[in-house]
Amino acid sequence: MTENDTLVARPQPDGQQPLLQAEHVQLFFPIRSGDLIGRTIGAVHAVDDVSLSLMEGHTLGIVGESGCGKSTLARCLVRLLEPTGGTLRFHDTDITHLGRKSLQPFRREVQLVFQDPVSSLNPRKRVGQIVGTPMRLHGVRRGEVPSRVRELLERVGLNPEHVNRFPHEFSGGQRQRIGVARALATNPRLIVLDEPVSALDVSIQAQVINLLDDLQDDFNLSYVFIAHDLSVVRHFSDQIAVMYLGKFMEVSPAAELYHKPIHPYTEALLSAIPIPDPRENRDRERRVIGGEPPNPISPPPGCRFHTRCPRATDICKEVEPPLAEYAEGHLAACHHPLNVGSAEISAATRSPLSPLSAGSVMPGGREEAAPGTPLPGVSRVTAGPGESPDGQDGAG
Amino acid sequence: MDEQLLEVQDLEVAFATEDGLVRAVSGVSFTVSRGEVVAIVGESGSGKSVTVMTLMGLTRSPNSRFAGTARLRGEDLVSASEEQLEDIRGKEIAMIFQDPISSLSPVQRVGAQIVEQIRAHENISKAAALDRAIELMGRVGIPNARERARAYPHEFSGGMRQRVMIAMALSLSPSVLIADEPTTALDVTIQAQILDEIRQLSAESDAGVIFVTHDLGVVADIADRVLVMYAGRLVEQGTVDEIFYDPQHPYTWGLLGSVTRVDRDPPRRLPAIPGQPPSLVATPEGCAFRPRCPHAFDRCRELPPLAPRLAEAPGHLDRCWLAPSDKRARREVAGRIGLSEEAAAS
Repeated sequence: MTENDTLVARPQPDGQQPLLQAEHVQLFFPIRSGDLIGRTIGAVHAVDDVSLSLMEGHTLGIVGESGCGKSTLARCLVRLLEPTGGTLRFHDTDITHLGRKSLQPFRREVQLVFQDPVSSLNPRKRVGQIVGTPMRLHGVRRGEVPSRVRELLERVGLNPEHVNRFPHEFSGGQRQRIGVARALATNPRLIVLDEPVSALDVSIQAQVINLLDDLQDDFNLSYVFIAHDLSVVRHFSDQIAVMYLGKFMEVSPAAELYHKPIHPYTEALLSAIPIPDPRENRDRERRVIGGEPPNPISPPPGCRFHTRCPRATDICKEVEPPLAEYAEGHLAACHHPLNVGSAEISAATRSPLSPLSAGSVMPGGREEAAPGTPLPGVSRVTAGPGESPDGQDGAG
Repeated sequence: MDEQLLEVQDLEVAFATEDGLVRAVSGVSFTVSRGEVVAIVGESGSGKSVTVMTLMGLTRSPNSRFAGTARLRGEDLVSASEEQLEDIRGKEIAMIFQDPISSLSPVQRVGAQIVEQIRAHENISKAAALDRAIELMGRVGIPNARERARAYPHEFSGGMRQRVMIAMALSLSPSVLIADEPTTALDVTIQAQILDEIRQLSAESDAGVIFVTHDLGVVADIADRVLVMYAGRLVEQGTVDEIFYDPQHPYTWGLLGSVTRVDRDPPRRLPAIPGQPPSLVATPEGCAFRPRCPHAFDRCRELPPLAPRLAEAPGHLDRCWLAPSDKRARREVAGRIGLSEEAAAS
């Protein structure tokens, strides 16, 4: 891993700018009372202070269980949702609060592929229209559209003769290829893939993953790949972020995460996946974590994982751990890190990606305060747990 | 111990549709013994769910056609009358479905739903049935079972709902338990909990379990024996070790090859099985896997029988014409280079 592979939101040494950058992004869904006044009585903390940066041509995998906020984060990153706090930057432009019109050029650069290949394609439109419409909207001349559509269909492994067919005439894997072709139609630089293969059979999954892999090389695409387990993202992520209840628990170069998980939650996720090898499965020591993710309306104080964590102690219930940066850009937010020695722990530094609400206690009990002032341009929402460290705010 | 609970013989299920007769299950035979977990693996449309739904009598309709037998302790489930089935279903053979939210009534408390099932088969008081329901809910790991029995399904999380389904399925101690993709809709950490639960319960109750899944990791974790289905037929059958360490059918190689593993560094390209599964209306003649099989030859136009082909493993059956020695050599090559490069889908 070279220096510019790390996911740190500071200027890169070679001057290369990250393509997409999120600083302390929050998205809270308000909960309104059922009465006529409709007061806001609480909020679902779907994404709570997440920072990331993605370099051109790279892939960031985001993994987490259902309800952890990964899809909401994806929708924030492509600005289908407007963040309630924090900043989003796409290649120098602050896109956090841009309106419909001003987002237009950004829409061409960033596309989304959805999980469900049935409901994400209009059943009444022919494939040619589905793939051709984004081209026309973004200024390809009418006469050129049909030939470009055919070219794209062929590129994603579909028969270009099928432009006049409807989505229902295709199998699941083929429909997902249509979704990919539609995303490519505007010649984007970034594609956010929201569980693009989880609805497909294994043998078809492999076909689509290989296709996405080829397209990345051919078009120099950057990907954000959302997944609910760690086995699929491994294949082509450069970095992987593990998300739990709205926050990043661990961010690591892809290969290292599997050999050296630092956060107990990552280890729990890894150990929960059964290995397709009966003997190794029998010999493996499986640590099944009990319980279920808590309610994101009133997330637990301190470390969000402490209610299920086998290593939790008193400090975990009170102080939110900052993201500590270990060697080679491997970040983890845990007071009791796994697989790191005491030398590594004392060499770790507080990452600027740490949530603003995180405490000053680093692993090993060392104090390292957050930089005095929040980063410029970062606004906070009043309902944030930063102001209310017991995390009980809004639990109506 | 080796008492056979369920014996399925030449089961055929077909559905009359506007497009023609869909042959969902063709000539499927297998057995389930006491305390055994049999996994049925296959892709969508391979007939694995139709097979188990037929055992429960859930595929009966004016458009469905059946042949063959499925004897549960001597009684044939395929030809049984509705009244007989009502008696057997829930009591002798029970099922856990993939989607617990649509399998539970949204307007009835979960305790009452379990009580209803118990009282449909046994003449006991409501209070006694409720006590048993609460005890069962506790056994499958639902905390505060007495209180939770008064809750509605929407007040449960996905994993807890699936536990309610398991408690309900176990309420009459069935001799055969069918689990149709019971963990597919769940997160991995919850999946691990549920698999532990099912494994423990099958060991305690000595029931036979049929576990339908497409996830080979889950198969390796839970199964004693494995049935591999393709296009409505069994293409291979054997113990879990036989299937994983000495797979005989090229389709099984492909399935095993295209799985991603968290404990290994990934190959640069994932081996994929080219093409698409065939339509069940016009299944290719002979071996149904022939159009996608890189090892197909002339003889594959004729359907190979499901038969033991290995002298050392008489229980390991497969449906492929290749000679076993030939298979092993080719499989090794396939394992090294990947079954084949991804082919463009037509």
